[in-house]
Amino acid sequence: MGIQACFRLDWPGFSLDVDLALPTRGVTALFGHSGSGKTTLLRCIAGLERAPQGRLIVNGEVWQDEQRWVPTYKRPIGYVFQEPSLFSHLSVISNLRYGLKRMSDEQRVSLDQAIDLLGIGHLVDRKPDRLSGGERQRVGMARALAVSPRLLLMDEPLAALDLKRKQEILPYLERLHDELDIPVLYVSHSPDEVARLADYLVAMEDGRVLASGPLADTLARLDLPIRLGEDAGAVLDATVAEVDKDWHLVRVDFSGGSLWARDSGLVVGHRVRVRVLARDVSLAEQPGTSSIQNVLRGCVDAVGDDVHPGVALVRVQVGDTVLLSRLTKRAAASLGVKPGLELWVQVKSVALME
Amino acid sequence: MLTDSDLQAIWLTVRLASIVTLILLVVGTPIAWWLARTKVWWKGTIGAVVALPLVLPPSVLGFYLLLTLGPHGPIGQLTQALGIGPLPFTFWGLVVASVFYSLPFMVQPLQTAFEAVGERPLEVAATLRASPLDAFFTVAVPLAAPGFLTAAILTFAHTVGEFGVVLMIGGNLPGITRVVSVQIYDHVEALEYASAHRLAAVMLIFSFLVLLILYAWRPRPRNGG
Repeated sequence: MGIQACFRLDWPGFSLDVDLALPTRGVTALFGHSGSGKTTLLRCIAGLERAPQGRLIVNGEVWQDEQRWVPTYKRPIGYVFQEPSLFSHLSVISNLRYGLKRMSDEQRVSLDQAIDLLGIGHLVDRKPDRLSGGERQRVGMARALAVSPRLLLMDEPLAALDLKRKQEILPYLERLHDELDIPVLYVSHSPDEVARLADYLVAMEDGRVLASGPLADTLARLDLPIRLGEDAGAVLDATVAEVDKDWHLVRVDFSGGSLWARDSGLVVGHRVRVRVLARDVSLAEQPGTSSIQNVLRGCVDAVGDDVHPGVALVRVQVGDTVLLSRLTKRAAASLGVKPGLELWVQVKSVALME
Repeated sequence: MLTDSDLQAIWLTVRLASIVTLILLVVGTPIAWWLARTKVWWKGTIGAVVALPLVLPPSVLGFYLLLTLGPHGPIGQLTQALGIGPLPFTFWGLVVASVFYSLPFMVQPLQTAFEAVGERPLEVAATLRASPLDAFFTVAVPLAAPGFLTAAILTFAHTVGEFGVVLMIGGNLPGITRVVSVQIYDHVEALEYASAHRLAAVMLIFSFLVLLILYAWRPRPRNGG
């Protein structure tokens, strides 16, 4: 089971040529700059765009091939557009019921559940023009969920919002991820959103797929460093294990060790995403005394080039987890860094994605 | 006050304009929808044909319609074969002529309204399981409602005001084709200026009220998106 998507289309000045196998669980991020074709790919999957050559099979059902074409309204999807695109002639509740009234599928997400999940219970009687931008987008998401989609497609749902509104919505997206078992394809050009939400990453450029795979693995690739923003880095899943009230620190455990980070009010047992940038990771022969608190035992897995000829990216295995470290090539040579070398990994800072 | 024949002319005019408006709502909506959404290169040609009655002298339009609907014209032969008889100088001939004459007043506001609705709400409807026809009636039409109102009012008013086409195709038959504008013309011809004044005043007030409704009534800007 999964999604097999193969599309080719040629427009003046743009072409899309992808052949992908995607998981149908968790959040898959389609990541790339604007113009990389990620939205077009999403629209092809929704049936809003029809690639002349295309094959789309979702969990064994053919949605498009040479003979068959399932129109959008018959695909069991939910779609969240970049702009909320609520029906302005209908109230919030009528917007939410619009798809619900028309679905023939079994209902797996109740309207109340969708309303609760996005915290819009107090808005249902309003007209869309009486809502703030963030509220509208939450209604848009609830409306897409209310049709109990078997695949949820989200096209940069936060891009049209300012930072504050983004912060307001991100927790709802995380709840969606944690509480509903609906696979999500999430288009984004924001490294932050991808690091926080994605389980699986498809990096796109110029209408082609640069790399695809589980998030941590894909980010740790050295042959093709996929950058979330300026910096290469690793993302790991961890659990809050200890809160040190005196020093305002939390200890998070991941498979392979634990790290200390600044306390942002987390409770023990909470699952967090941790982002460790390559530039914050250094390597040492001896643990020694230094200001760096997070020191882990690791083993060099691979060494690759970085953007600058004087700098190398080193992939280090720490338990089951992979971290990236950026060193100058001179430092790497003096340490004798090569695959198989055991050494100490010093992590200067980590970011908890919360 | 208004004579029986004046009232007869008013009633005939209202009946004509109402029927024409209803027919054009049915005929003009798909044309406007198609013009608003098609990307074919000959869209401009159809748009120009629809707009032709805006610039064509009514007598020219009436002349061609007379030939087409007349006993020797293609439509005239068809209506005769169907046992309806030739349409000129009948009420229904007037209806057919008025449909052509008022077509742009229905199609153009609707086309503008549909273009303003845009593609997005229909895409949203499709992702919410609405078939294209369903989406048209439950999304496009409600969102274009102000356009429908404008189009219907303009069509009605424009049909009320026609004169040249009526004379060419309908003549001047009391209770059948003698509409208000023709009745006024008759009054003037007969030097019945007082009667002409009364009926003209009715038309003036009606026209002003129509325009007042159109201009004073502005739909609230809709910005749900």
